Amino acid sequence: MSTALLYSFGGILLIGVALHRLVLTTDLLRRVVALNVFAAGIASLLIAAAYRGPEAAADPVPHAFVLTGIVVLVSTTAAALALIRRLDDLERSVDHDT
Amino acid sequence: MLLWLVFDLVLIGAIVWLAWAALAARDGFEMIVLFMVLGLFVALAWVRLQAPDVALAEAAVGSGITGALLLKTWRHRRGRAAGDAAADARPSRALGFGVMGLVTVLTGMLAAVLVLIPRPAPSLAETVFANLAVSGVDNPVTAVLLNFRAYDTLLEVVVLFAVVVVVWLLGDAEADRRAPRLGSIFFGFARLVLPVMVLIAGYLLWLGGFAPGGAFQAGAVLGAVGIVLLLGRLYTPTAADRLPARLVFGLGTVGFAGAGLATLALGNAFLGYPPEAAKTWILVIEAMLTVSIAATLAGLFFGAAPSGRPTRESDR
Repeated sequence: MSTALLYSFGGILLIGVALHRLVLTTDLLRRVVALNVFAAGIASLLIAAAYRGPEAAADPVPHAFVLTGIVVLVSTTAAALALIRRLDDLERSVDHDT
Repeated sequence: MLLWLVFDLVLIGAIVWLAWAALAARDGFEMIVLFMVLGLFVALAWVRLQAPDVALAEAAVGSGITGALLLKTWRHRRGRAAGDAAADARPSRALGFGVMGLVTVLTGMLAAVLVLIPRPAPSLAETVFANLAVSGVDNPVTAVLLNFRAYDTLLEVVVLFAVVVVVWLLGDAEADRRAPRLGSIFFGFARLVLPVMVLIAGYLLWLGGFAPGGAFQAGAVLGAVGIVLLLGRLYTPTAADRLPARLVFGLGTVGFAGAGLATLALGNAFLGYPPEAAKTWILVIEAMLTVSIAATLAGLFFGAAPSGRPTRESDR
């Protein structure tokens, strides 16, 4: 089995594990982590697809996609976490009022 | 050959186990730390697959900065069992099995597609390498990011800008004043590491032209400098810092788009740099991006528009 295929299956397993937790967890922070693991799985698929063996240079276009993806993902994560913190503050203030 | 196969299997096994362990961890802190370790192992796998540029970004941004953001949120929610599996509602057996079945079918289909697609897959690699000489840089990934597909990268910077606006609107700067002060070991660490990190950021930026590195990796390292400064309160932003911070956040978008308009004015395509000076164009844009990305990432970590209250002596 080729190296690329092996790492592709690893990426698919990451997607499976992350998807399972993403759907079942009710905790928001854990859901954000699951989303990040999910994205790592997809990125692994792209990186494996770009691999052309130990001698040849890898395809740089999927690499650029993944680089863009990583930055967009950290942005999404930061926004989601800010929403979680805000929600937490609001819940706290409701707890205080009652 | 066999040795590499063993390495690959151990590495992939470790990655999948770490993902499972992180997402099944009972404690929120444990989950985040395992997730950060997972990021480093994924980066190692990508080095193995000859993607050092992406591996650098994953280690710095996907593991480091994301980990810092997660830990900050975890700390914020402490006492409310954030991220703890104990706080997680247990799904019913039927739901558990249903989801498991769905995930199995989906991943099975993905695996089948992977086996069936023709290899090697069609790619643009030949086109990239054929045009590398006119791109102004020798690193193909930087050439794709900053020249061939510069428009994508411009929009990526816009996303980063939009998010820092959202986060600053949502955040409450007062909420984090309750955080405890860090001890003297931290300051010793900061004094040693910060100057080196600034140096590494500059080195990565310059390196991006011909070797793995570039604006995003450099920006992430410089952003981490900002995070360490904020953590140790070596720098405490006040209301007076809002305007300069916002200007630096916008520098990436405005500078990049401005460069695009300048190329239009020169009679080229949007972001089509004159080939003889492409290296200079890319380096200037990347330098602006690095500073802007670093400030934005540190701004995301700070998580709120700084409030007006000056630091009182009793806080110190």
